[in-house]
Amino acid sequence: MSRYSVFSLLRHAATGNRGWQRAWRAATPKASYDVVIIGGGGHGLATAFYLAENHGIRNVAVVEKGYIGGGNVGRNTTVIRSNYLLDGNTQFYEFSMKLWEGMSAALNFNVMFSQRGQLVTAHSADQLDTFSHRANVMRSNGIDAEILDRDAVRKLVPYLDFSDTARFPIHGAIFQGRAGTARHDAVAWGYARAASGHGVDIIEGCEVTDFVRQGDRIVGVETTRGRIGAGRVGLAVAGHTSVLAQKAGLELPIESHLLQAFVTEPVKPLVDHVVAYGADHFYLSQSDKGGLVFGGNLDGYNSYSQRGNTGVLREVCEAAIALMPNISRLRLLRHWGGIMDMTPDASPIISLTPVDGLYLNGGWCYGGFKATPASGWCFAEMLATGETPALVRGYGLGRFRSGHMIDEAGAGPFAWLQ
Amino acid sequence: MLRIDCPCCGMRDHSEFRYGGDATVERPAHDNPDGDAWYRYVYVRANPKGLHREYWQHVLGCRQWLVVERDTVTHSIHSVSFSRRQRA
Ligand SMILES: Cc1cc2nc3c(=O)[nH]c(=O)nc-3n(C[C@H](O)[C@H](O)[C@H](O)COP(=O)(O)OP(=O)(O)OC[C@H]3O[C@@H](n4cnc5c(N)ncnc54)[C@H](O)[C@@H]3O)c2cc1C
Ligand SMILES: [Zn+2]
Repeated sequence: MSRYSVFSLLRHAATGNRGWQRAWRAATPKASYDVVIIGGGGHGLATAFYLAENHGIRNVAVVEKGYIGGGNVGRNTTVIRSNYLLDGNTQFYEFSMKLWEGMSAALNFNVMFSQRGQLVTAHSADQLDTFSHRANVMRSNGIDAEILDRDAVRKLVPYLDFSDTARFPIHGAIFQGRAGTARHDAVAWGYARAASGHGVDIIEGCEVTDFVRQGDRIVGVETTRGRIGAGRVGLAVAGHTSVLAQKAGLELPIESHLLQAFVTEPVKPLVDHVVAYGADHFYLSQSDKGGLVFGGNLDGYNSYSQRGNTGVLREVCEAAIALMPNISRLRLLRHWGGIMDMTPDASPIISLTPVDGLYLNGGWCYGGFKATPASGWCFAEMLATGETPALVRGYGLGRFRSGHMIDEAGAGPFAWLQ
Repeated sequence: MLRIDCPCCGMRDHSEFRYGGDATVERPAHDNPDGDAWYRYVYVRANPKGLHREYWQHVLGCRQWLVVERDTVTHSIHSVSFSRRQRA
């Protein structure tokens, strides 16, 4: 695999850009691998890369039923932040943030990580107090956080509604300057290319239909392209975790739910930061092409269909206009949906399972894009060592039995309310 | 948009309803000391890709709790009934 550099750009430009190679090899399945990862999303591909890079395990396949980047890694609204409050989350997401900061260099692929800063508006004195608590927790964990008063928010984002008629007046905000966005497809492509360069087989158009067992142990997978043997199997299939886990005889605390995303027509630079609305579930940023990218709540009932309902569209647009009246005349270009695993505490699952040979990475809910590098890093360590890395000890399946939930939203055990 | 045929009020937009989750899970008896039974009731879900029996409450209508059988892939609704009739 040739390296990307200024010189390779110039060389290819001089020769009419006809010499570029594929970014990753189109692999055909071998009879068996040390590790088979199911799901060619960001998490599966990152896991494969770190297995090779950090642990020297290169006899690895990633099997993807569609094409890589076609799942949630290419459907999300690309927000990356580490402003979590609860122990377990705080440290994990900050570790992820640090990996984002070095990702383009580590992968030799520009993932366009843009640390434009993220703020969440507060709409009452009480809300600002809770944000101050969060900011203190973050700072005591070495994470950057600032509390802004109303004037400071107004200076930073003057286009929000600061008028007397604002439905929920802005009292202040919590701000994380190192937060931002990244080009989501590039994350899949960058990990795929770097993993492939290490010898990992990336097998697209290959759906896992069942598991192969020897006694109680899983020793491979059945796929639409034949049987593939595996020393260990890692499951990283985003919204389809229950479907595959069931084939392995595993019952999980997971429901599949649909989340939508929206993009307006492109406009001139307007929104410099990622802005989240503390009075409702709404957030937006502006893409490099100029479109405003935004999202809100789940559709609110179990779903495996990647299309959403218009009720949420209306709610999200109402919140958008309450926060930013000046975008009310913009046209929506498109919207789409992605299926996510929702857990009863909205925190992920990176866990050993009761099934020998099967390892689980799922339950990412709303926020798994920002977790991509840390999730891959830790899951690779788990697959390599068979042990739970310290950083993800809180994300084990056992927490639902023991009562050690990490419930950031405090919504109770109702997946559709998380 | 789903449309739910409420046996009380007729065909209504789903935005009039509140979702109540999986209707197949059974609450253990109040004095059941088995932790596993409670764990399964509170957390474990079959989460089928296909037909799902689920609760909806018609909050902006008759306020009845309903059991709806819905396909989680196509969203087609196969049956709607009062939930109280289903309980012995
Ligand atoms: C609309 C939307 C907005 C979001 N916004 C954000 C955000 O702003 N910030 C953030 O941090 N997170 C966000 N998320 C969440 C985030 O996108 C996901 O949590 C994360 O991307 C999931 O991990 P993944 O990338 O590996 O999943 P995916 O990319 O979905 O990968 C899973 C893959 O598994 C494959 N697969 C499934 N079944 C099989 C099978 N049987 N055999 C083989 N392959 C299979 C799928 O085809 C898929 O490609 C958002 C999600 C959505 C839907
Ligand atoms: Zn009714």
